Amino acid sequence: MIRAARAILVKDLRLELRTKESVPAMTLFTVTVYVLFHFGLDRDTLEGSLASGVLWVTLLLAAVVGVARLFAAEREQGGIDGLLLAPVDRTALFVAKAAALFLFLCAVEIVALPAFALLLLGPDLLEPLPRLLPILLLANAGLAAVGALVAALATATRAPELIMPLLLLPLLVPVLIGAAEASEPLLRDDPVADRLGRWLGLLTLYDVVFVLLSVAVFDYLLED
Amino acid sequence: MIELEGLERRFGDRVALEGITLDVPEGATLAVLGPNGAGKTTLLRVLAGLLRPHGGRVRVAGADLPRERWRIPARVGYLGHDALLYRELSGRENLSYHAELHGVDGDRVEELLAAVGMGRRADEPLRDLSRGMVQRLAVARAVLHDPPLLLLDEPRSHLDPGVGEALEPLIGRGSGRTRVLASHDVDGALDEADLALGLRGGRQAFAGVATAAQARELYR
Repeated sequence: MIRAARAILVKDLRLELRTKESVPAMTLFTVTVYVLFHFGLDRDTLEGSLASGVLWVTLLLAAVVGVARLFAAEREQGGIDGLLLAPVDRTALFVAKAAALFLFLCAVEIVALPAFALLLLGPDLLEPLPRLLPILLLANAGLAAVGALVAALATATRAPELIMPLLLLPLLVPVLIGAAEASEPLLRDDPVADRLGRWLGLLTLYDVVFVLLSVAVFDYLLED
Repeated sequence: MIELEGLERRFGDRVALEGITLDVPEGATLAVLGPNGAGKTTLLRVLAGLLRPHGGRVRVAGADLPRERWRIPARVGYLGHDALLYRELSGRENLSYHAELHGVDGDRVEELLAAVGMGRRADEPLRDLSRGMVQRLAVARAVLHDPPLLLLDEPRSHLDPGVGEALEPLIGRGSGRTRVLASHDVDGALDEADLALGLRGGRQAFAGVATAAQARELYR
């Protein structure tokens, strides 16, 4: 399973490097939304819950853009059939797709966070950054697990581009709550790690539940 | 190698295959003939484990379908209408990817690239290659794991005549594999087949030894 997952992941990363379809689109989307908030709110600086909400809603919507393209090559070029014709555990496809989305989100955030700090954030980002990192990583893991699951489910339908956000966004509400609540105290003028452990715990629980659920049901999603 | 008894497959309410019954012994070639929409591709996809049979008994390469679908991939090579290769990757990258999925080593990839005459252009992305070249790579993909059973849907489409002959050791009679060959070329398919299955509207018109006249009736 690990060998197959690695092969699929390497193939996906190679395709992304060649086509530059997902990460640039997600990054551009994120920066554009921050610019829109900058002008729409008519404020140069945000802090606390508003800053946290803007940061995470935008990252969640960027994830939706990535999820929409996650199975594009498989759908358009027969990749699913290619995998079903190989003696590999289908869970390998879930692991590879979730890992690819996780890496894409990390790449987007390398640009998105400085852009957010520059365009909108009042307090300095550097100080709370070390404590923001585990929140980002746990939220990315949750987004990646649920994103890969929903992308596979939507691929099997006639209108994946319509079904995908309708299924994905409600499932991501706990990630949004956990990540925004955990980040809020860190994005104040005087950052504190208030109740950070509790929200990190919620994100970890969400990740574990959805990874296990995805592994359990993924096989059936690819059934004809 | 293949035993079918009353095979059925539907798409919603539409019956795509019904009452297909035949035996294909090991090493034999079965020609599947019929007009567009007769069910040739559906039959091949059922035999490859890509579509679940909805009725009847289906045994392919020692595996009862759909219960033992997991046993099919290692024993079956499938060459369909789509190459099942990625346009942005080169031939070598595509075959190496499939080799890794099948647990086949890299030497086999190089051997097949040479065998299909794509050694020189193996590093070009597929989007820059002609349809015939992509078809040659698709042939290499289908036989990468050296399967004893080949399911071939119009395998010579887009190929120059000379190239088709060069691929004979891989997918032709000389390969020594059991083959199921779906084709519109009635004479060509019957020439290289031991058995024939005629399909019309998803139903079996004939199965066994067939004449060219019988086969042409299917298209009237």
